[in-house]
Amino acid sequence: MNVVDFKSNDEIAWCPGCGDFGILNALKKALALLDKKPKDVLLVSGIGQAAKLPHYIKSNCFNGLHGRALPPAVGAKLANRNLTVIVTTGDGDCYGEGGNHFMHNVRRNADITVIVHDNQVYGLTKGQASPTSDPGFENKVQVGGVILEPLHPLEMAIALGCGFVARGFSAESEHLTNLIVEGVRHKGFSLIDVLQPCVTFNKKNTYEWYAKRVYKLGEGSPYDPADKMSAYQKAAEWGDRIPIGIMYRNEKASYGEKSGVDTLPPLVDGDIGDIDIHDVFKEYF
Amino acid sequence: MREELTIRIAGEAGQGIETVGMALARIFKKAGFHIFANQDYMSRIRGGNNFFQIRIANREMFTHRLMSDITVALNKKSVALHKEALHKGGSILLDKAKSGITENDTRLFDIPFHDLAVRAGGKDLFINTVSCGAVVGMTGTPFTYVEEIVRDIFSNKGEEIIKQNVAAAKAGFEFVRERSKKDRIALPAGGGRRTLLMNGNEAIALGAIRAGCKFYTAYPMTPSTGILNAMAHYAKRFGIVVEQAEDEIAAVNMAIGASYAGVRSMTATSGGGFALMAEGISLAGMVETPLVVACVQRPAPATGFPTRTEQADLDFLLHSGHGEFSRAVYSPGTIEEAFYLTVKAFNIADKYQIPVLIMSDQHLADSYRDIEPFDTAKARVERYIVSKEDSGAVKNYKRYQLTDSGISPRAVPSWIDDPVYCDSDEHTEEGHITEDASTRIAMVEKRLYKKTAGLSGEVEKPASYNIDRADRILIGFGSTYGVMKEASETMKGGKTGFIHCSQVWPFPAREMTRLLKGAKNILTVEGNAGAQFGRLLKRETGISVNGAVLRFDGRPFDLDYLMEKL
Repeated sequence: MNVVDFKSNDEIAWCPGCGDFGILNALKKALALLDKKPKDVLLVSGIGQAAKLPHYIKSNCFNGLHGRALPPAVGAKLANRNLTVIVTTGDGDCYGEGGNHFMHNVRRNADITVIVHDNQVYGLTKGQASPTSDPGFENKVQVGGVILEPLHPLEMAIALGCGFVARGFSAESEHLTNLIVEGVRHKGFSLIDVLQPCVTFNKKNTYEWYAKRVYKLGEGSPYDPADKMSAYQKAAEWGDRIPIGIMYRNEKASYGEKSGVDTLPPLVDGDIGDIDIHDVFKEYF
Repeated sequence: MREELTIRIAGEAGQGIETVGMALARIFKKAGFHIFANQDYMSRIRGGNNFFQIRIANREMFTHRLMSDITVALNKKSVALHKEALHKGGSILLDKAKSGITENDTRLFDIPFHDLAVRAGGKDLFINTVSCGAVVGMTGTPFTYVEEIVRDIFSNKGEEIIKQNVAAAKAGFEFVRERSKKDRIALPAGGGRRTLLMNGNEAIALGAIRAGCKFYTAYPMTPSTGILNAMAHYAKRFGIVVEQAEDEIAAVNMAIGASYAGVRSMTATSGGGFALMAEGISLAGMVETPLVVACVQRPAPATGFPTRTEQADLDFLLHSGHGEFSRAVYSPGTIEEAFYLTVKAFNIADKYQIPVLIMSDQHLADSYRDIEPFDTAKARVERYIVSKEDSGAVKNYKRYQLTDSGISPRAVPSWIDDPVYCDSDEHTEEGHITEDASTRIAMVEKRLYKKTAGLSGEVEKPASYNIDRADRILIGFGSTYGVMKEASETMKGGKTGFIHCSQVWPFPAREMTRLLKGAKNILTVEGNAGAQFGRLLKRETGISVNGAVLRFDGRPFDLDYLMEKL
């Protein structure tokens, strides 16, 4: 497959220069590299700028409700395990409105890949703080600056036992493409949090701000993503230096394997025309 | 000899009341009686006061009675609580020494449950088995039926346990027969029939299984949990994925996701959980994805009475979900309807690509009746998707293609070569986001007008009885079917008829207008305080009711309660 096979004709509604473009291109490249057919890919999203992404790729799309990207993604994956299910969500959608689904779907460990467009701000509602905003971030609502502690999604995911925890940067396209390829290949819940500058509402965490700080794990010194304690350390590193790459990786049985769903034919292929329930009646005689 | 008997097992949660009650219901069914059984339980794991009530007769019954003929009191509190609800000539069976009762009342029948149990098997546990035997001894039903059911219940516990339990039951039975030779009800002729003893929750689960539901997800909530339990029980046998969701919002959204992918999916809850699902109902309406939700009502607002019954979510179910879109709402009145309408719910959800709600309540969910095995020929699966065979030929697929019926061909993602775009934003025929005004109008008309027009053509016809020149006509929906039916058949002093709606949306307006033409005295019978069904009738037909019998104390209508109010 080639990148052009995933070209959608839908008009893109993002601001020029938006960090989302980098993610869109990396995702298309990753799907081509993975040799997926558009009909076998399902992109699921909630609401927000990230949630528009599925329209900009030629593949199946379920764009549901705010905060609810993960539940339908898991429902669809269990219904048809042959689908490659990828969620494109944002920091507000996934960590705020959908926080409960995030926690419990890490535990559920269905084989889906979750790409979080993390721009530390609410873009679609025009600039309020998100769960990952840096303290002190001023806007029309948090007028004196953000006073809440930021949520630490990567540390949370590691603590919850997520088997694939990564961070990308939308301007590092090749690196991000590789993270997505690895995430999709990982059997289970894969989290890829992507640093994604919002050129309109986040004047602090800009391309330049990130470019000065971001470094790739494993470059220069060796890094072992199987080591949980160093994963915690790297996931918590935020300030003058910000690591990107696969922080933690731990292959373990997915929901499909543990529940037995993976041993059945895809549920959607089952013949439901005339299910015989007469045998059940005996239990009620 | 009486024509019918009501037997009550009362005690604390944790004493095995339901186990005894179900065993007795099975024993009497085996002996050929018809059964109606219901439960009254509190929201606690231990203690409190619960009871299980069985009504037996030689004819079919659809509701329960207020007064009991035989009450087994498993603790002291139950004696005082249930003495007032005892028929003249009725008895309370109790173990005086163990429950610390010293009073002498001719209605109290002292049976040393504890000593008999210890003698039979050396265990306290056998008290329940002893009491089963004792109750059957009171009625005059032969012991063989007790032995048969006891053997069946303990069939996987080994011969020793079976023998001890049979001995315990026999001890209870004989203790009673030696002291009271009276037969209280005539045995049915012909013996046991092959009927099913089933409750409303189980019937909904079986309906879902028959309909081909392969993905069931729910957050446990009384009184809907029985459906979840039943689905989990059968999951492996029928290849169903049953997943406990982290909350009701996840449940409804997961079900919609699975349905989008082409699998029949369902969730169930009660009012409080349904409130959380409201956004999902709206989503299913917008993305035009089939969804079946059972709402098993309990008294509200908020947490209300978690284990009791009410029909106060009618307005809520009719209007839940923001915005305007089509839906169907079924309100089964019997165990049979719970089954058949669940199958229909899946077919209609598929056909119209809409949310379909099954409105039940605790009374229907937890009540048992002996019913004929379901006729699966009347419960056929009708799918309305682009089949796998036809999928290869699909080109330039538009998920929301505009059609006269409002229904667009529904293709399964990955079966067709084209992508299936589906969006909760307003969308084009292709499923992409749009803000175009004319597209908006076409899509609203599609989702609301066109689909509702189609749905209105296949509304369940209301059931009616005895309404021609009746002095009063009772009307209702859902679980009041049984009590309205028996009241109509039993009431003296003027002719009483009834009409029951097992579908409340789209409302059967034309049929109701026809049935109520010239009616003198229409009374709505509802388990709520607002006469919501009466107001719905008025809104949809212009017909005003003459009065309302409303019950909102959390308890189900019984025959005596309704007749007294009429």
